[in-house]
Amino acid sequence: MEQSTFIQQASTKKNKAATQSAALQEPRIIRYTLTCIALAFLAFFIVLPLVSIFITAFQKGVDVYFAAITHPDALAAIKLTLIVVAITVPLNAIFGVMAAWALTKFNFKGKNLLLTMVDLPFAVSPVIAGLVFILLFGSQGLFGDWLFAHDIKIVFALPGIVLATIFVTLPFVARELIPLMQTQGTSEEEASISLGASGFKTFWYVTLPNIKWGLFYGVILCNARAIGEFGAVSVVSGHIRGMTNTMPLHIEILYNEYQFAAAFAVASLMSVMAIFTLIVKDIIAWKSKSS
Amino acid sequence: MSSLIIPKKSRRIIPGFHLSLGYTMLYVSLLVLLPLSMIFIHTMSLSWSAFIDIITDPRAVASYKVSFSTALIAGLLNVIFGTIIAWVLVRYQFPFKRIIDGLVDLPFALPTAVAGIALTSLYAPNGWIGQFFNFKIAFTPLGIIIALTFIGLPFVVRTVQPVLQNISAEVEEASASLGANRLQTFRKVILPELVPAILTGFSLAFARALGEYGSVVFIAGNMPMKTEITPLIIMTKLEQYDYAGATAIAVVMLVTSFILLFTINLIQWLANRRFVH
Repeated sequence: MEQSTFIQQASTKKNKAATQSAALQEPRIIRYTLTCIALAFLAFFIVLPLVSIFITAFQKGVDVYFAAITHPDALAAIKLTLIVVAITVPLNAIFGVMAAWALTKFNFKGKNLLLTMVDLPFAVSPVIAGLVFILLFGSQGLFGDWLFAHDIKIVFALPGIVLATIFVTLPFVARELIPLMQTQGTSEEEASISLGASGFKTFWYVTLPNIKWGLFYGVILCNARAIGEFGAVSVVSGHIRGMTNTMPLHIEILYNEYQFAAAFAVASLMSVMAIFTLIVKDIIAWKSKSS
Repeated sequence: MSSLIIPKKSRRIIPGFHLSLGYTMLYVSLLVLLPLSMIFIHTMSLSWSAFIDIITDPRAVASYKVSFSTALIAGLLNVIFGTIIAWVLVRYQFPFKRIIDGLVDLPFALPTAVAGIALTSLYAPNGWIGQFFNFKIAFTPLGIIIALTFIGLPFVVRTVQPVLQNISAEVEEASASLGANRLQTFRKVILPELVPAILTGFSLAFARALGEYGSVVFIAGNMPMKTEITPLIIMTKLEQYDYAGATAIAVVMLVTSFILLFTINLIQWLANRRFVH
């Protein structure tokens, strides 16, 4: 265990408060104005929409709220969303660790190219992310005839929704881990290997404890996006009620049928998830700073 | 001399190179490259003139204008307000600062459809905010701008914030002791440090806004030629089983996104180079 102590990263925190002086401060009026602008902007764009979701959800009473979230179609949507997340997030987490390992522990030609490709889904519109799987597996698609002959449904069914979600959320974990593992370098792993530990043991006992908060953070972000993905899933889902509707698609249908209270009731569930994500994110940031 | 250079292979003490690289390449190829290449392969089935006809159709061109101009305005709004928010969060103290800081990330965590219906009901003519205006906000390009500003806000704040945190007080002290007033220090010392981060944040927000679908469809009203965004054109063509048309429009969007991605990387490369020498 000694080897890990002398490679601890240098803390670069600077004590800002001690160096504050009048020459480095804006006049009070400017300070207040800027703070007011920032807070007003956040109030109108972030806080008010969030509050309005919960108020609209309960507008027609608690009964309507619970009827909306326990409706069979809503429960089916919740179940489908959870299944999609349960498949997508672990796959992208494993990929993220693998990609970060390859891209940070080794030097090879074409590294930057691979890095760009990992990032690619972020640059692609969700609608296109759905479209590409229609082109592959749809009835007119590349594998369309073969899939039809073997009676396999990918598009307008669970596999299509999973594939589109994997595509959209693919970079999240890798993007969190790559900069983190870059700064940690390879010396701890080299020490472990030269002391006779196996590759897997080194990963489990040396690397994983170092990256656990970053990994957790990436998983949380990936999870939030996988639950909430709308555009890509909308293209490949086929909108079959109770069958291929995820939670965001269920919200869309309710909203378009002017069932606002019900739409916002389901939306409030997803908002709770979003708030939970923000809280966990804050805890992780605090934990990783203190450790 | 050559004996001093350690051969590349022997430096790989850490195991798992072939496994991790192979897995990464396979995963990315099957799930990203192969699907994306379908866009270009499928477009090949169109003749050049048919392709040009689809992408220069007046309704498509109108949608490029709507998407581009609203994304640009939203990006600029994010630059202004995002920088102010980052500044206030880094430099000033006020109550509930930590909670407010955390809330900036809400657009990343909140599903886009939820954001879409919430913003629409707020800014609709009879909504909490919309009722105070004697012109329409939701169902006009203004509504699209609001949705895209919401989506893009964290990009600018979260790229500017760490840079602002890392500007050392000594630099500002030096500037002040040499007689610069606060505005001069900001313009000549602080702002040049922030520009690469602001540009990166802007490009990220802009790129996201160009492709955004979920939050916009509810608030846009989706009137052809007026408030129809490009992703919606793809969606409409798909619903009519016009795969060739949808793919042609997708090529336009993809090429635009790739140019943007390239620009972002170029900005970051130029910004990093500044500190090297």
